[in-house]
Amino acid sequence: MSARLLLDMTMASNPYLPLAVLFIAALGFGLAPLGLAWAWARLVSPAKPNAIKNAIYECGLESRGDAWVQFRSAYYLYAIIFLIFDVEAVFLLPFAVAFTGLGVGACVAMLVFVLLLAEGLAWAWAKGVLTWA
Amino acid sequence: MAVEPDLKIELGKQGVFVTTISEIYNWGRKNSVWPMQFGLACCAIEMIATTMARYDLARFGAEVFRPSPRQADLMIISGTITKKMAPQVVRLYNQMAEPKYVIAMGACAISGGPFKQGYNVLKGIDRYIPVDVHIPGCPPRPEALIHAFMTLQARIDAQPLTGGDRPRHLDADAQGLFPVPEQGAHDLEPPVNRLVWPLPAPSTSGKPTGSCE
Repeated sequence: MSARLLLDMTMASNPYLPLAVLFIAALGFGLAPLGLAWAWARLVSPAKPNAIKNAIYECGLESRGDAWVQFRSAYYLYAIIFLIFDVEAVFLLPFAVAFTGLGVGACVAMLVFVLLLAEGLAWAWAKGVLTWA
Repeated sequence: MAVEPDLKIELGKQGVFVTTISEIYNWGRKNSVWPMQFGLACCAIEMIATTMARYDLARFGAEVFRPSPRQADLMIISGTITKKMAPQVVRLYNQMAEPKYVIAMGACAISGGPFKQGYNVLKGIDRYIPVDVHIPGCPPRPEALIHAFMTLQARIDAQPLTGGDRPRHLDADAQGLFPVPEQGAHDLEPPVNRLVWPLPAPSTSGKPTGSCE
């Protein structure tokens, strides 16, 4: 903020002037220690980086190989199929517990739900998802 | 010292406190030493006891044992250093932030201790990294570790910021990397780091001890 602008604002006695001054003070209060700490670190303690210090792993062992590991995408399909039928079991349980108190509509709805899943299973089976090649 | 000690005391009586940059700097450093959470053998139990309520190392500003070498500046070598473990110890020391200090705790850490004759035991970690304070004992009691810590604090306090005796972190040309030994066919290679261990040490070529110098 230039001095000229500040002067203008003062002369106009802008009601936001104290707010601006407070804002700048607050910003300085936060940034000044950071700046001081940065300057102190730069001037007083020169960093001594080396290959070991810059290494990723810090358990004392030298890291070997690549962080990128390939694993079979078939595992992903297995996980998805498992998840679907797992959730199905969760839905079936309360239905089975309250079975005697439910009407015909609930039974039909559940039948449709299970048949849809059975169709999904048949589809996955036919696609060969369940065969671990 | 910029101000003579007598004058400083006299001014202190009048309510005037004088100090130097190096005094403030070292005062801050000596009271904020962060040890690394790292133990090797029996001595580590004594080290743990030192941090607990009965002995309370936190009184000295060594409150937090850091689980990462990058956030620690004191390595307490607490226990027997086997030759299998020595490279890891040196590697962790290399990863610590400057300025960094080492307390070798216990007979094993400083000399191999009762296992000195063993083929598998390193005869003192000061063969590879510079040690600031040695504590004898097997294992040393927590009081001994606290005494070593206070000794280290006194050493930090006495370090000049300039001149030839200045600490390594203030010397831009000073060595920051200490070579990590490797497992050779019969021993660690090299058997010692010549920069920190100028004394005779066994060679790996099968010659008798002390003949390599």
